[in-house]
Amino acid sequence: MTTRIVELRRGILKKNDELAVGLRQRYAATGVLVLNLVSSPGTGKTAFLELTLRELKARGARVAALVGDLETDNDARRLAASGAPVRQINTHGICHLDAEMIGKHLEDWAGVKLDQLDYLFIENVGNLVCPSSYDLGEAIRVVLLSVTEGEDKPLKYPTMFNSADAAVITKMDLAVPCGFDRWAALKNINEIRPGIRIFETSAKTGVGLEEWLMYLEQKRKGQGR
Amino acid sequence: MHELSIISSVVDTVTESLAAYPGAQVKEVRLRVGALASVVRESLEFCYGIATEGTPLEGSRLVVNELPVVMHCVPCSADVTLEGVQSFRCPRCGEPCSDLRQGRELEIEAIEIEEADEVKK
Repeated sequence: MTTRIVELRRGILKKNDELAVGLRQRYAATGVLVLNLVSSPGTGKTAFLELTLRELKARGARVAALVGDLETDNDARRLAASGAPVRQINTHGICHLDAEMIGKHLEDWAGVKLDQLDYLFIENVGNLVCPSSYDLGEAIRVVLLSVTEGEDKPLKYPTMFNSADAAVITKMDLAVPCGFDRWAALKNINEIRPGIRIFETSAKTGVGLEEWLMYLEQKRKGQGR
Repeated sequence: MHELSIISSVVDTVTESLAAYPGAQVKEVRLRVGALASVVRESLEFCYGIATEGTPLEGSRLVVNELPVVMHCVPCSADVTLEGVQSFRCPRCGEPCSDLRQGRELEIEAIEIEEADEVKK
């Protein structure tokens, strides 16, 4: 018997990474700005996105959303109230969205063409662990954190916060009753992802939204066609 | 949380690569896992036994080589190794670092196989 070491050097998520590269090229070619929204369940991704879609539409932007959940199309129905095209992705037990699911759902999405969109939002499955490993080809990964979750969330889930391009604090209207330590939260986010852009928002009062919308517009213009 | 699907992907990749070595037995599979890869060594090991059952990898060892986070520190103009993942600051000068050089790896490094010697005629 001969023992032999075979070097493989293969990325375990290579298939996903390759698909994500393809998606990223497609997005760039059409000029659509794609954002991947990640957070724990219950942070308020859907409420924040509802408001974002509505406001962007009101300003004449062409927007659409894909929304991932294990089961139900409740979120898609909520988001569709904004008037934007919305498609639900049910993962049936899988804890994250991957590039293949995105590709498939873009492929046969009746009436939606990437080159006719300004923004495509992908609301990931509520989970602060697994979605961090799966590139969806997005231009911007947005991590959301609510004031009810505790200021140390970034320290507990460093991978997700470290891989994000922007952070959104939600439910700021509850900051006082929850005893939210704003300074500690900002410090913890910065400790894990130094210099990241942070938005302090409330989908209820609309606080922080203007700044967020300006950021989106600036990013979309910045990537060019 | 998704360690089982990761290990299943490892089994598929290794099985495919065995096509070049007919009759070989897998002894060991070595992974490189960065501290920011979001996977837990114990979970990988637990899933490995289950996922390899009935495959050419059954009975082989899983070796997980864990890699610390390495950042590039601009003021020090050097790559620096972080002690953990709780603070992304240079351990030398204390400045925040955002240029990640190592830590997200999730890859199959190598496999160790045993090949039957050719029978000489």
